[in-house]
Amino acid sequence: MGRREIILNTALALGLLAVPLWAHFADQPYIITLTTRVAILALAGVGLNLALGLGGLVSLGHAMFFGIGGYAVGILASHAQSYMPLMEWPLTIEGTQFMPLTWIVAVIASGIVALVAGALSLRTSGVYFIMITLAFGQMFYYFTISWPAYGGEDGLSIYVRGQFPGLNTLVPIQFFLITYALLGLALFMVARITRSGFGLALNAARQNETRVRAVGIEPYRLRLAAFAVSGAITGLSGALFADLNRFVSPAMFSWQTSGEIMVFVILGGVARLFGPVAGAALFILLEEVLGGVSDYWHIYLGFLLLLVVLFARGGLIGLLAGEEKSDG
Amino acid sequence: MSLILLFEQILNGLQSGVMLFLMSAGLTLIFGVMGLINLAHGSLYMVGAFAAASVAAATGSFTLALIAALAASAIAGVLVEVIVIRRLYARDHLDQVLATFALILIFSEGTRWAFGSFPLYLDVPAALSGPVHLPGGIAYPAYRLAIIGIGFAVAAALFLLIAKTRIGMRIRAGESDREMIGALGVNISVLYTAVFALGAALAGFAGALVGAIQSVQVGMGEPVLILAFVTIVIGGIGSIRGALVGALLVGLTDTLGRVLLPLAFGVFMDPSSATSIGGALSSMSIYILMAGVLLFKPTGLYGSA
Repeated sequence: MGRREIILNTALALGLLAVPLWAHFADQPYIITLTTRVAILALAGVGLNLALGLGGLVSLGHAMFFGIGGYAVGILASHAQSYMPLMEWPLTIEGTQFMPLTWIVAVIASGIVALVAGALSLRTSGVYFIMITLAFGQMFYYFTISWPAYGGEDGLSIYVRGQFPGLNTLVPIQFFLITYALLGLALFMVARITRSGFGLALNAARQNETRVRAVGIEPYRLRLAAFAVSGAITGLSGALFADLNRFVSPAMFSWQTSGEIMVFVILGGVARLFGPVAGAALFILLEEVLGGVSDYWHIYLGFLLLLVVLFARGGLIGLLAGEEKSDG
Repeated sequence: MSLILLFEQILNGLQSGVMLFLMSAGLTLIFGVMGLINLAHGSLYMVGAFAAASVAAATGSFTLALIAALAASAIAGVLVEVIVIRRLYARDHLDQVLATFALILIFSEGTRWAFGSFPLYLDVPAALSGPVHLPGGIAYPAYRLAIIGIGFAVAAALFLLIAKTRIGMRIRAGESDREMIGALGVNISVLYTAVFALGAALAGFAGALVGAIQSVQVGMGEPVLILAFVTIVIGGIGSIRGALVGALLVGLTDTLGRVLLPLAFGVFMDPSSATSIGGALSSMSIYILMAGVLLFKPTGLYGSA
């Protein structure tokens, strides 16, 4: 990482913290909620970026993990609200709204699904991989739509946001600080993974599979592990998203959601640590500004994306921090 | 369930299968010849449907509507290819996915801007509006039967075009060795534009034909696009034959699954849970089919690595 990128990342991290703090003292709860969305969507992108940027796995199905994380929180909350245990045999599992517990469930559930879906998808590569991940996402989308037990097409409301010990999560700035801390944790973890032996081997497998095989490393396992961790991080973001909106719906699983998560990563800069943060911030900013200008703001977003893909390939971070030299 | 109902469902499955083939053929040709993933293919389907619906509303002629659909989608295809797509051939799949995702946003919002959010309707032509009495006492809508016929006719024409004509020869050559046919003096960029326009026209044609059965609305292309991708993945990307077999498999699995699965679960379950479990499973059935095929043949039924 070059010096300019480090400065840029620090500025992003501080800016993301400064805006809601300012909004808190200026009494602008809407802006706090907006930045909370940025932090949560950035977290989803951080998850995808691990598979996409470092592993070279173009997954068009990450909405699947986002949705599973969301529904984990939604389902646990609905059982906690109705005092109906989730299951009674062989052991009783009660619903819960205790945030750390719901996070763990979301991370484990999405991680396991990522492991299974990844094990199947990684048998293929290239376009087939893109398509099969897309299809896995659609499978869950249609499943939630046609499964009436948890709201089906109408989605599932969460009447009270989950609780975190010592904090009042209904106060916007306190909920923001939770999401910010988790985003920071995920970024730290991804940075560590990138520099670890595992991360270097994964990166090498993306750049030259033949050579990696020749030195005796099996790329399949590396990629599967990366895909599972990537899915788990995106699942955690889905859990936070559910608590933010106090609502989950099949739309979380839709392939447009997968597309948007990918857009965050690419707008910000693929394989850049803070790429998803920059991308999500830019996306939400555009949504607010352009959405105020025109009802048809997706047209402008489309043109902007097209320009980024065709002419500014390093994304926002690449544009500001320059090309990564070590990356072949 | 009566045999008549089953037979009707098989015909419905065939009908959705041949429509899916029109979509998938273009998608798989474009991938086979140019190595390009085009997520905006569903938008061209939508363009065809909207062109047909608005021309039919203005003139009252279904034939003119079909011609308009072919023309509009082919022109849209050429414009998109010349302005955007040709810059993406040399790029990796990630860039192609993203740029064509951007095209979807532009097409969908542009159509919403031009036509509003309310669906348009396209009437079935009067000559085909009644039922046809098939042997065995089955009455089946004439229009759907005509779609099956047209679909198979287009499939046959496409096979002839690719197997017997000079253009088809160039397309096949483009699939196996891009540099070589360029070196032999074939104008590649014209060939690519032509293939893209052909794929676009097929998609637009499908959109117009289906538009008379469903409503014509913004976003109608996306569900079909996903089905078409599933189809070509099952058939093997780049293979027209694979697209036909895959399309029929997907069409039949999807249609029959919706009818048969709830009935099958009803044998050993109470009706309401059989309906919900059967319904949920049937909506996933084609994805399960795809996962199953890829488990045994990672490059699809007729695909090569």
